Amino acid sequence: MTAQSLDSTALHLLRELAPQVLGVVARRYGDFPAAEDAVQEALIAAAMQWPVAGIPTNPRGWLFHVAVRRMNDYLRSELARRRREDVVATERSADEPFAPPPDSEIGVDRDDTLVLLFMCCHPALTPASAIALTLRAVGGLTTAEIANAFLVPEATMAQRISRAKQSIKASNVPFSMPTDRERAERLGAVLHVLYLIFSEGYTSSIGPSLHRPDLSNEAIRLTRVVHGLLPDDGEVAGLLALMLLTDARRAARTGASGELIPLDEQDRTLWDQRLIAEGIALVSDALSKGSVGSYQLQAAIAAVHDEAARVEDTDWPQILALYGLLKRMSDNPMVALNHAIAAAMVHGPVVGLELLTALDGDRRMGGHYRLDAVRAHLLEMAGDYERAIAHFRAAAERTTSIPERNYLTAKAARLAAEQRREGAARDR
Amino acid sequence: MKYMLMMHVPRGTGDYQINNWSPEEFRAHIAFMHRFNKELTDAGELVGAEGLAAPGEAKLVRAGKDGAPVTDGPFPEAKEFLAGYWIVDVDRPERAYELAAKASAAPGRGGVPLNMPIEVRQVMSGLPQDV
Repeated sequence: MTAQSLDSTALHLLRELAPQVLGVVARRYGDFPAAEDAVQEALIAAAMQWPVAGIPTNPRGWLFHVAVRRMNDYLRSELARRRREDVVATERSADEPFAPPPDSEIGVDRDDTLVLLFMCCHPALTPASAIALTLRAVGGLTTAEIANAFLVPEATMAQRISRAKQSIKASNVPFSMPTDRERAERLGAVLHVLYLIFSEGYTSSIGPSLHRPDLSNEAIRLTRVVHGLLPDDGEVAGLLALMLLTDARRAARTGASGELIPLDEQDRTLWDQRLIAEGIALVSDALSKGSVGSYQLQAAIAAVHDEAARVEDTDWPQILALYGLLKRMSDNPMVALNHAIAAAMVHGPVVGLELLTALDGDRRMGGHYRLDAVRAHLLEMAGDYERAIAHFRAAAERTTSIPERNYLTAKAARLAAEQRREGAARDR
Repeated sequence: MKYMLMMHVPRGTGDYQINNWSPEEFRAHIAFMHRFNKELTDAGELVGAEGLAAPGEAKLVRAGKDGAPVTDGPFPEAKEFLAGYWIVDVDRPERAYELAAKASAAPGRGGVPLNMPIEVRQVMSGLPQDV
């Protein structure tokens, strides 16, 4: 038997329809965990049948029909189990007749996808569970695909998703929009999960890459959906812009053997100008509406970098001003670190190094390698190779990223070689 | 974040005297490991786990000048060896330490916890985010 797989158009369609169908099924039956399983089975059925039979004329109706059939099977067996256990079934009867023709239109509610996102990114879940559940329930990815993306066995991922759904069930979160009072905080949690999925696309990029879904693209796709649903939310637009402006540099970020190429050494002709234009338009529009948030500021900083055709064209004073705003908005040592870099680029390395001393006592930095890496760069700028080498090495010791460790080690080696050359030249 | 938990144990004639355990003590030990692995799977944290064959036949291999393997060993004088490992995917380092401590307390003779040393090392990841 030769297994046929879905082409990218069908796959895209399937992932787009997944949350819409799940929304309708979950609302209809009031049981999100079971509905989620039923839709997942419908997606798997589609992935097997569509390549052979072709995409049905009403794909959404098809998925809904299959999911509802699964749902009814499940409820029937649940009912039988309860009868056996002599428990009075108080929930809706599973015998409700249902036989929609596969092409019937179903009542999709635009807000369903948002409700699903709020549910999957509920603060009661750990980030890892929220990420997995979001990718499956809203992203329409199969468990196997998610497991593949995170390089864990499928059984482990299945368990993680099932536990996440149990927590949701246990916490009795209703399938409805959060109240206005909760809304901002809950939306913040959703955006954070989307941001984590995007970042994961970079950091998990080691290991077998065959048939691994691209998590950064998934995050961008999902954030586009949220932006479509909440077009006036500045932070949603800011996050989408940040992702696009970062992703635009993807081709330039690594060399032929996967080595890390830092921003100031990248071949900028490889940057994706289409993504940059879209990102800049998004963030400019969001900022012009007056509400300033942290994603918008980060996107604005990424935009300033992306606008410079050559590294020496970078508008550092503007970046410094933006980090200044960001620093005032959030008490985050990583922001302070980047602020120090920008200050060094504008006012010289001495000023940057001075700002870093404030971070030495910050317990949240906790000996983070980035502090050493930044200090090493600024010492190199200041011409103090001896200490720069020591800090590059210290940073290389502690980073958990292989490409970054290699980069930092090579950097220390290059400086050491240069130092030897200079020493030899002096001795002659 | 992923961590590798490495179980280092002394040789069979060393501290744990594993060759002198009764069948019941041995069974209890195996059952413990089985439960531990199941717990990791159920928690959605297990990435992989393997036990390694006894070190009696372990060889150290290097390439010779012509690239052909040159083997050395086994090394009867080595005191400890790697008996097996787990790779777990957890939310925070403390959870990895917690799991390591649990594995460390596997029962030995008379059901007494072995409290063996478990080396915990973080697994490296791919690229960092562009700043």
